[in-house]
Amino acid sequence: MSTRFTKSTARNIFYGGAVFFFLLFVALTFDTVQALPKRDNRANLTEQVVRGKKLWETNNCIGCHTLLGEGAYFAPELGNVYQRRGPDFIKAWIKAQPTGVPGRRQMPNFHLTDSQLDDLVAFLKYSSEINTNHWPPNIEG
Amino acid sequence: MTSSTTATLRPAAGQAANVQLKYRSQAVAKPYFMAAIGLFVGQIIFGLVMGLQYVIGDFLFPEIPFNVARMVHTNLLIVWLLFGFMGAGYYLIPEESERELHSPKLAMIAFWVFLVAGALTIVGYLAVPYATLARITGNDFLPTMGREFLEQPTITKAGIVVVALTFLYNLSMTVLKGRKTTISMVMMLGLWGLAIFFLFSFYNPHNLVLDKYFWWWVVHLWVEGVWELIMGAMLAFVLVKVTGVDREVVEKWLYVIIAMTLITGIIGTGHHYFWIGTPGYWQVFGSAFSALEPIPFFMMTMFAFNMVNKRRREHPNKAAVLWALGTGVMSFLGAGVWGFLHTLAPVNYLTHGTQITASHGHMAFYGAYAMVVITMISYAMPLLRGREANSNRSQVVEMWSFWLMTIAMVFITLFLTAAGILQVWMQRMGDHPLSFMATQDQLSFFYWLREAAGVVFFAGLLLYIVSFFVRGDARD
Ligand code: HEM
Ligand code: HEM
Ligand SMILES: [Fe+2]
Repeated sequence: MSTRFTKSTARNIFYGGAVFFFLLFVALTFDTVQALPKRDNRANLTEQVVRGKKLWETNNCIGCHTLLGEGAYFAPELGNVYQRRGPDFIKAWIKAQPTGVPGRRQMPNFHLTDSQLDDLVAFLKYSSEINTNHWPPNIEG
Repeated sequence: MTSSTTATLRPAAGQAANVQLKYRSQAVAKPYFMAAIGLFVGQIIFGLVMGLQYVIGDFLFPEIPFNVARMVHTNLLIVWLLFGFMGAGYYLIPEESERELHSPKLAMIAFWVFLVAGALTIVGYLAVPYATLARITGNDFLPTMGREFLEQPTITKAGIVVVALTFLYNLSMTVLKGRKTTISMVMMLGLWGLAIFFLFSFYNPHNLVLDKYFWWWVVHLWVEGVWELIMGAMLAFVLVKVTGVDREVVEKWLYVIIAMTLITGIIGTGHHYFWIGTPGYWQVFGSAFSALEPIPFFMMTMFAFNMVNKRRREHPNKAAVLWALGTGVMSFLGAGVWGFLHTLAPVNYLTHGTQITASHGHMAFYGAYAMVVITMISYAMPLLRGREANSNRSQVVEMWSFWLMTIAMVFITLFLTAAGILQVWMQRMGDHPLSFMATQDQLSFFYWLREAAGVVFFAGLLLYIVSFFVRGDARD
């Protein structure tokens, strides 16, 4: 690097750039938070959905599945499973695990009650109605 | 400028212990490095378990379901890297500050607290169902569990914060009372940033979009933000030591690299805000800024090669130099090239959450953070053991382990990339897409190859450990 470009110039670019872009990020975050009510389906964020999200978390579903494309890649995307399979299939499926089919990827049984299954389905329905800019590309997720 | 230096003529192996250490308290780094390597082995074992479960679905089921193996794999990764960063901090901050560590005793207490808390958490993952772990650790009081990479019980997270604070206090006091260098300032900024952004792991709103939005403030702002500062500082420290290049030059590079990191990387967070419910403008901001994120990684490569080419001494620790150069190259490939591959919104629309993501995650984490920690260990461990460098025989073994692990990781990445492209093609393109599970069946050939490459990686890791026990004659 040229000798005219000194270390203190570099340092100033670093501090100036970091502060400027962090503030810009905070401003964009602020704007995003303002815009979310129209997009994030919060109107349907009921008590039941809240319970469902907790079940989703405390059974570590994200350890095998993706949700809106984030998580693990071992098992299907569940952000649109409500549209793909419907509520009854989802509940029956969770209850029937593990399949025990030799060599097939296995999902544990979480011993959920019927009302817990309803909570979980409510959470998946709520998730599926978030405005994701048309992702995933098709119903297979 | 003189072209040679007498520094290499210092006494080598065989002298009384610790003559190599400028400050005795640097010795606390040693257990941190040893723990890091031990946990790394655990990480890879669970990676191999999952790799098999990808092709033999019921392997170890129900004893170790996939999600449990995955938590163990990724959490061990994070924890061993944190051990590595802390060891690096305890080693380089006293040397940069030109004084003893504020409190070596506190550093050792923190070490045991962190190790025991980490071990208990892993045992918890393996011993009881996750829901039970959540219940007995009081997740209900402050639910933070069950999110990717942040699976630790809330009390473990609190423990991590306490350990990080004692560590930061210890180092900050050392820096404040001593010489302040660019390297130590950048290291401290990175480490403070690491702790501060981790606090977002305690924020878990009911609203899924907000949850995801701020989850990335931990994950992305770590690996594409503050961790790069830590990485830059560690690399700069080792390069100063092994090349003898003038500090002014190294520090100027360091500032330019980390400036580019934050200028591109902060708004670059937007590449995770394409499809999670956030406004459409993130597709523009996220694509544009993250497309520039390879620049700081490319500069990291240039930096390493430039400094080594301009070296003013021949350091006897050739293995450390190899690791430093390797970090430059592999971080650029893994983060820069494989990151760029899927970072533009129209591409990411198709690749989001596929094996493409996994391929990039592997090479980036290995190439940047695993390798920079090993670079530091490779440089510091011989000194901590009382010699300037290991014997030639030991270094040859270490270099073999470098090539085995690195080439294996290149192949893991290539096989996952192939699987990912096919996955996108079969599952997301065309008029008759296959289901997820049907697609996975089609990909098993590539998953077998990945597992084979994983076994080679594991062999390389074991060889790395062997290199610590290869004695050989003192350096010739
Ligand atoms: C023997 C070698 C390894 C094997 C077989 C292996 C296997 C795996 C598997 C199967 C997953 C889960 C993918 C999924 O969610 O479906 C995973 C995740 C992950 N592994 Fe490894 N792994 C290995 C080594 C490593 C190494 C050396 C690193 C880093 C230094 C690493 C870092 C990660 C990360 C960051 C994730 C999460 C990826 C993501 O969320 O995209 N792994 N690994
Ligand atoms: C050393 C630095 C980096 C590391 C350790 C890293 C690691 C990771 C990991 C583990 C994930 C998966 C996260 C998850 O599980 O959801 C990920 C995702 C991603 N990374 Fe990186 N990354 C790095 C740098 C970069 C850079 C420089 C770029 C862009 C040029 C990039 C682009 C992306 C994108 C676009 C995704 C989202 C993939 C998806 O949509 O599924 N990364 N990264
Ligand atoms: Fe990112």
